[in-house]
Parts: sequence; structure tokens; C-alpha cells
Amino acid sequence: MNSVSPRVLLVRGMLAGLLAGLAAFLVAYVLGESKVDAAIALEEAASAGHDHGDEVAAPVSRALQATAGLGTGTLLYGVALGGIAALVFCYALGRIGRFGPRATAAFVAGGLFVTVNLVPFFKYPSNPPAVGDPETVVHRTTLFVLMIALSVLLASGALILGRRLAPRMGNWNASVVAGLAFVVAIAVAYAFLPGVNEVPADFPATLIWQFRLASLTIQMALWATFGLSFGYLAERALVPATVPKEAVQPTS
Amino acid sequence: MAHSAVPTTAPAAVAPISLSALAPWAVFAGIVTLFLLYLVGAEQGATALFEGNTVHEWMHDGRHLLGFPCH
Repeated sequence: MNSVSPRVLLVRGMLAGLLAGLAAFLVAYVLGESKVDAAIALEEAASAGHDHGDEVAAPVSRALQATAGLGTGTLLYGVALGGIAALVFCYALGRIGRFGPRATAAFVAGGLFVTVNLVPFFKYPSNPPAVGDPETVVHRTTLFVLMIALSVLLASGALILGRRLAPRMGNWNASVVAGLAFVVAIAVAYAFLPGVNEVPADFPATLIWQFRLASLTIQMALWATFGLSFGYLAERALVPATVPKEAVQPTS
Repeated sequence: MAHSAVPTTAPAAVAPISLSALAPWAVFAGIVTLFLLYLVGAEQGATALFEGNTVHEWMHDGRHLLGFPCH
């Protein structure tokens, strides 16, 4: 058993998560904010006819929402996911094959991106302001969380299946079969979960597409940054534990 | 199909971390991180622990762009 404390990896995971959150913030600010502003402009244009000049002062200004607010959200999100990913890494290390710390970190980051973000996104994609009925927010949040939980559960099931099949089929074939089983199970889940489409009929399709693309890019930037930086930090934490073992080998 | 022998110079597999050492950290960090995600993603949206809508408004852009249902 490895003597490294999970605490060390957890702290490094949250640090790498902070860095990943920063990357997410930069991408969100550069690619996402203009789409949010465009959607809000549409929303205000649509409601301008009804209650003009009757605006209630917003508790947080747009300028703050787009900078400090967005920063708080993305950094906290990065730290939280970094912590979770570090725990998954602690479990995966040495248990998913002969992969070193950096490769394991890359697998964990990629796997979590797919299960926690990508799979739920295809069923319940992100929406800009002006899309979505406030009355149904509880329903939509429940479905979103349910979809993430289901995705994580099915991915864990696929992982167990792959490990069971590996001795008989070999690692490659077992991984392919487990991956296919995951895709089929997710397709069934997609088919049975209720769909949500609250995009107004006259909302520009281009804006929805660009917003969702920006949203996906933010997640990719977050997980890529996390996978690379945590792999580096984790290896540095784990290397002292393996160096004495290698030093035992006779050298010239 | 011949199975190629593992070269003797291959690095030793990294030793796994024992689950009993991991469990308390998983519970502790799991609760903290899920609460953080709740604050970012759902507080004063689907449900609320605090009154008002300042948290919702503060997290507004992040919530939309990170894919949470906002309003």
C-alpha cells in the first residue's frame, strides 16, 4: 500500500482545481460573457414594451456579475471539482492498470469531464438568460442532478464490468466492451428521462449554439488545466515514495 | 497470437492507497465540495438556505455558463 496521505493529494487537487477554475474564468469571460450580454439584451427588448422604467434595482450590477461574480462561481466550482477529482484519483491510482501518476490524473480528468459534464450536457444543455421558465427551475435542477448521478453510477458500473472482463478478454477488448455498455446504458437513460426545451420560438438559433459551445469550451479548459496541473503536482507528491525503491537497483 | 513479454525495465506499478486511509478524507471532502457545488449551482435557485436573492444574482453568470439551470 502507498504511504502517501490522501490529505496531500486532496490539497494539491484543490490547488490544481483553483488553477483550473482560473482557466475556466478566463475562457468564460472572453467567450461567454458576450453571449450572456446578448441574451440579456434580447430579454430586455422583449419585456421593454410591458414595464418600461419600472425596473427594480438589481442587487448585483451586470459589471459585478460578469467579473467578480463569474470569478467566484468558476473558482469555487474549480476547487470543488478539484477536490472530488483528487479523491477519485486516490482511488484510481494503482487500481486501473500500470499507469503512473500523470497518466492516471489525465484519465481521471477525462473521465470526469465525460461523465459529469459531457453526458449530462447532451441531455440537458446549458441555457443563456431569457431561456427557461422560472416556474420549472426546480424540475430542471432535479433532472440535471439526476442525470449527473445516473451518469456517474453507470460509468462506475462500466468500470466494474471492464475490470471483470479484463482477465478473460484482455485489457483492450474489455475496455471497448465496457465503453459500449456505457454508451448503450446512457442512450437508454436519455430515452426515458423527460426532455426539456424552453427556448422561445423567436430566440436566435446562432446565439443558443454559440452560448452552448462557449459553455462546453469552459468545461474543456477546466478539465484540461486540472488534468495537466494535478498530474504534475501529484507526481511530485508521489515520487519521493518511489525514489528509494529505484535507488536500491545497482548502478554503475 | 504471442503475448509479448513485459520488458524488465518497465516501471513498477504505483502502489494503491488503502481504502481505509482514504475513507475519512472522502467523507470530509465529499461533504465540503458538494456543499460548494450546491452554493454555486442551486442556492436561491431551485431551493434556498438563505433569504433573498443575492447569492443567486452573484452566481448568475457562472451558473448559466457552467450549465446549471439558473431561472
